[in-house]
Amino acid sequence: MLDQLLSHWNYIIVVLLMMIGLFIVISSMNLVKKLIGLSLFQTSVFLFYISLGKIEGGTAPIIITSGHGDHGSYPSHDILYSNPLPHVLILTAIVVGVATTALGLSLVLRIKASFNSIEEDEILAEKRVMKSEGRSS
Amino acid sequence: MIDWIKHLPAIIVVLPLLVAVIAALLPARFGWVLALLATAGSSLASVVMMTDFMTRWAGFRMSYHLGGWAPPWGIEFSVDHATALVIMVISGLGFVATMSSKSLFANEISSDDLGRVYGAWLLTFGGLLGLVMTADAFNLFVFFEISSLASVTLVAMGGGYDKRALIAAFNYLIIGAIGATFYVIGVGFCYAMTGTLNMLDLAVRLPEVNDQIPVYIGLAFMVTGVMVKAAIFPMHFWLPPSYGHAPMAVTTLLAAVATKASLYILVRVLMTIFGGIDTLPQLILQWVLIPLSLMAILLGTILAIYERDAKLMLAQSSIAQIGYIVLGFGMGSLAGLQAGFIHIANHAMIKGGMFIGLGGLAMAVAGKTKLNDLAGVGRRMPFTATGFLICGLSLIGLPLTAGFISKLYLITAVIEAGYWQIVAIVLFSSALSVIYLWRLIEVMWFTPSNSGDGRLPEQVMIYAPLWILALANIWFGISASTITEMSYGAAQVLMGGMT
Amino acid sequence: MIAPSHAIILGLAAPLAVALLTPFLGKRPQLRDVLGPIGGVITFVAALQVALAVIAGDTPEWLVVNISSGLDLSFRVTALGAIFGLVASGLWIMAAVYSVGYMRGTNEDNQTRFAAFYAIAVHAALAIAWSGNLLVLFIFYEVLTFSTYPLVIHKQNAEAIRAGRLYMGILVGTSLMLLLPAVVWVWLTAGTLDFKQGGILSGQLDPALAPWMLALFAFGIGKSALMPIHRWLPAAMVAPTPVSALLHAVAVVKAGVFTMLTVVVYIFGYDFVAETGASTWLIWLASFTILASSVIAIQKDDIKARLAYSTISQLSYIVLGAALASEMAIKGAGLHIVMHASAKITLFFCAGAIYVSAHLKKVSDLNGLGYQMPMVFIAFFLGALSIIGIPPLGGSWSKFLLMAGAAERGMMLVILVLAVSSLLNVWYLLEPVMRGFFMTPKQDVKVSYHPLVVIPPIVTALLSVVLFFVPWPFSTLISMMVMP
Repeated sequence: MLDQLLSHWNYIIVVLLMMIGLFIVISSMNLVKKLIGLSLFQTSVFLFYISLGKIEGGTAPIIITSGHGDHGSYPSHDILYSNPLPHVLILTAIVVGVATTALGLSLVLRIKASFNSIEEDEILAEKRVMKSEGRSS
Repeated sequence: MIDWIKHLPAIIVVLPLLVAVIAALLPARFGWVLALLATAGSSLASVVMMTDFMTRWAGFRMSYHLGGWAPPWGIEFSVDHATALVIMVISGLGFVATMSSKSLFANEISSDDLGRVYGAWLLTFGGLLGLVMTADAFNLFVFFEISSLASVTLVAMGGGYDKRALIAAFNYLIIGAIGATFYVIGVGFCYAMTGTLNMLDLAVRLPEVNDQIPVYIGLAFMVTGVMVKAAIFPMHFWLPPSYGHAPMAVTTLLAAVATKASLYILVRVLMTIFGGIDTLPQLILQWVLIPLSLMAILLGTILAIYERDAKLMLAQSSIAQIGYIVLGFGMGSLAGLQAGFIHIANHAMIKGGMFIGLGGLAMAVAGKTKLNDLAGVGRRMPFTATGFLICGLSLIGLPLTAGFISKLYLITAVIEAGYWQIVAIVLFSSALSVIYLWRLIEVMWFTPSNSGDGRLPEQVMIYAPLWILALANIWFGISASTITEMSYGAAQVLMGGMT
Repeated sequence: MIAPSHAIILGLAAPLAVALLTPFLGKRPQLRDVLGPIGGVITFVAALQVALAVIAGDTPEWLVVNISSGLDLSFRVTALGAIFGLVASGLWIMAAVYSVGYMRGTNEDNQTRFAAFYAIAVHAALAIAWSGNLLVLFIFYEVLTFSTYPLVIHKQNAEAIRAGRLYMGILVGTSLMLLLPAVVWVWLTAGTLDFKQGGILSGQLDPALAPWMLALFAFGIGKSALMPIHRWLPAAMVAPTPVSALLHAVAVVKAGVFTMLTVVVYIFGYDFVAETGASTWLIWLASFTILASSVIAIQKDDIKARLAYSTISQLSYIVLGAALASEMAIKGAGLHIVMHASAKITLFFCAGAIYVSAHLKKVSDLNGLGYQMPMVFIAFFLGALSIIGIPPLGGSWSKFLLMAGAAERGMMLVILVLAVSSLLNVWYLLEPVMRGFFMTPKQDVKVSYHPLVVIPPIVTALLSVVLFFVPWPFSTLISMMVMP
C-alpha cells in the first residue's frame, strides 16, 4: 500500500494542492487571497494532466528525425515519446486560468474603488446596509 | 463558394466571435448594430443549417470537422436533433435580446462603454453556440470559459449603476471557475481511461473500462462541474445575485439562454458520453438529479415569494424553473426528456420576455425594480405591462400559453413514471408561483401609483421585442406541435433511438 | 339557417368581439353599453342554432387547431353543452341590460374594464359549454377564473383585494393541484380526452381507483363550491351585483357543476359510476353541503351573503344529481342548471335593484319596502318559489326529477334531505318577501326608480314560470343526455 502511494506521489501532490486551493477559496475573507486559492486549484489540475501524459521512459514529445537534410528526414522509429496531447490541453487551460485571474483582479480593483475594502465580511456588511436602506449605489 | 453551407456550424460560432472583436475596437456607436447583425446572422445561419440537417443529413447526426482534421483526433462539431433545438433557442433569443438591449442599457451603462460591452455580449453569445455544438470534451471546457468569462464581464458592467453587481460578478467568477475546473478534472479522468476526448468516441470506449473506479470519479466531477454552470441546487447560489444586480439587458440574455446551454450539456454528458454504461445514467438521474431538482423547485419558488425586488424575484423563479427542466430530465424516460426540452424552449421565451418587460417598466420609474417602486405602472404603460403580463401568465402555466404546455408534459411524464408524490410537489409549487406573480400584478395594476397617474413614455425597441416573445408564448401555447415534436426528436436522440 | 359549425364560431366570436371593441368605445358610453346586449342577442341566436342542431341529432363541431400529439383545440357540442350554452348566452342578454342600469345607478368607476372582462368571461363560459374534450374544458375553465378576477376586485378597496386573493387562491389552487392531475390521469388511462356518450373510462379504469379519481374531480372543480371548497363564493360577493348575478349565479358556478356533470356523464359514464359505487361518498358530502349551507344562509342578514350560501346549496343539488348517477337524477341535475340559473339570477337582480334604488343591503332593513318596489319583490317571490320547488315554477320539475332519481337508486334518505332543504329554503328565501309586504318599515326610505334594473328581474322571473309550462328545448336535451 505504501509502495503504491509513494510511486504515485505526484497524484498525491495534485490532491493536496486541489484541497488547499479550494480551502483557501472558501475560507479566506480577502478577495485577492481567494483568487490565489483559485489559481492554486487550477494549477493542481495542470499537474494532474501532465502527470497523466508522462510515459515511463518516454522522452519529450518532439519528433526526432533521422537521416540528413538532403535525403529527406523522416521520423525515427523505436523512440518512446510522452503523450503530447495533455500538454496541449494544459496550455489551453493555463491561458484560461490567466484570463480568469486577470478578470478577477480587475474586478477586485473595481470592488476596492466602490466598496473601499477587499475583505469579504466588510463588503457583505455594506451590502446588508444597502439592502435595508433600499439603495442601489 | 458553394460549399459555405457545409461550413455553417463553424460560421454560426465564428461570426459572433469575430464581430465581437470588431465591436470592441470600433467606436461605441457601432456596437449595437454590429451585435444585431451578428446575432441575426447566426440565427439565419442556424435556420439554414437546420434545413440542411433535415435534408442532406436526413435528420441523422451532422458532423463537421474543424480544420478538416478527422475526429477523434480533430475537433468535431456535431449537430443532431437535440443540438438543433438548443441552437435555434439560443440564436433566436439572443437576437431578440439584442434588439431590446440598446434601450435597456441606456440607463445603466455609459454609451462610451457600449462597444466593449457588445464585444463581451457577442463573446457570450458565440461561446454558448460553440458550447452546444462541439463534440469534443475539452473544447467544451474552452467554450464554457469563453461564455462564462464574457458573462462575468457583462454582469460586472452593471457595477457603475449598482455596485452589488461587482461582488456578484466576482462570486460568479470564482464559483464558475471552480465548476469549469471540476469539469476539466472529470475530463482528465475519462481521458486517462480511454485516451480520447471526442464525446462519441468516449461513448464507445467508456463502457469497455467501466469496471474501474476512475470512470465514476470522472463522471462525478464532470456532472458536478456542469451542475455549477447550470445553477442546479445546491450549486446555484451565484445566480440570484448575478441576475439580480446585472444590467437588465444582461439579465435578459443570461436568463434566457445561458443556463439552457449548460442544462443541455448536462443531459449530453449523462446520456451520450456515459450513455453506454448500462444503468448508470438512470441511477444518477434518479437518485441525484430528482431530489436536487425538487429542492430547487421548492426553494426557488418560496424564496421568490419573499423577495421585495422584482428582478431578484424573477431570478429566484429561474432557479425553480431550472428545477422543472432537470426534473423532466431526471425521469430518464422519453417523455421526461421531451418535457425537459420543451421547457428549455418555453422558459427561454418566458423569462426573456419578462426581463425585457421589467426593464421597460423599471426604466420609466427611475430604474428601480423594488416592488413598491413599480406601483401602478401597469395602468401607466399598458403596452409594455400587458406584454409582461402575458409572459407572466405563461410562467405560472395559464392554459393557452407555452408555459401550460411545459407543465402539462412535465406532469404527464412524472405521472407516467409513477411518482405521485413528485406530482404533488410540482403542482404545489405551481400554485405557490401564482402567489408571487399575483403580487406583481396587484402592485402593477391595482395599487395607487407613487407619482401621478399619467401615461409614461414607452419605447418601441423595448415593447416590440417583448411582444414578439409574448405572441410567441401564445402561439406556442396553442400550436405547440413544432416544439413538442422537435423535443421528442431530441429526446429520442439522447435515449439512443436514432443514429 | 347557419351551419352548426359556423354557429359555434359565431357564438364564441361574438362575446370576444364585444370584449375587443369595448375599450375603443370607452369614451362613448352610450355606444359601449349597447354593445353588450347586442352581443348577447347574437350569441343567443348562435346558441339556439347549436341547440337545434343537437336536437336534430347532429353533433356540431369545430376543430380549431391541433395543439400537439393527440391533443386538439376542438369544440363539439353535447346535449348538456347545448343546455349550458343556451343558459349562459340567454341570461347574458338580461345581465348586460341590467349591468348598464346598475353601473350607471351606482356611478361606478372603470366601467369599460368591467364590460370588457365581463364579455371575456361569457366567452369562456361558452367555450366551456361547447368544449370538445377535457383539455379544452380545462383551458377555458382557467381562462374563466383569470378573466373574472378583475371583476371580483372591481372596487379595488382592501376588502376587494383580499377577496380577490381568496378567490384566486382557492380556484387556481384546486384546479392546478387537483383538477389538472385528474385530467392527465384520465388521458393516461383512457388514451383520449374526448367526450363520449357513455364515458371513456369504463373498461379502462380499475374500479377501485374510480372513487379517488372522482374525488380529484369533485374537489378540483372548485367552481362547483362543494364544501369545503366553498369559501370563495361568499367572498366574491364584494363584486358589484351584475357580476354576482351573471357570473356567480350563472356562468362561473354553472361552469363548475357543468364540468362535474360532464365528467360524470361523458367521461366516466354514469352507469360506470353507479356500478363501481365511486360516488357514494359524494352523495353524502353533497347532501351535507346542501343542508349546512342552507343553515348558514338562514343566519346571514346581508342579502347577497344569504343568496351566496343559497347558491352553494343549490349547486350541490346538481352535484348530488351527478353523484346519484341514475337516469332521472342526471336529467334532474341537467334541468336544475337551467331552473336554478333563471331563478337565482332573478334573486340577485332583485338584490341589486334594492341596493341601487334604496341603498339597502340587509334583509332586516327590508320591512315594508315591498309596497314601494312591488315589481321587484314579486319577482323575488317568484324566484324564491322556483328554488323552493313549488309549481307552477320551473324549479319544481328539477326538484321532482332529483327526488325521483334518488328513489331510483333506493336512497330514501336523500329524498328526505331534499325535502328538508326545501323547508329551509322557505325560511330564508321567503323572509325578505314577508318583511317586504307584512312588516312595518323601521325608517323612511327614499326609493329611486331605475327601469333598467327592475325590468330584467321581472323578465327572468316570468321565464321561471314559462319554463314550468314549456320546458323546451331543455326537456328534449336532458333526455338526450341519458340516451344509451
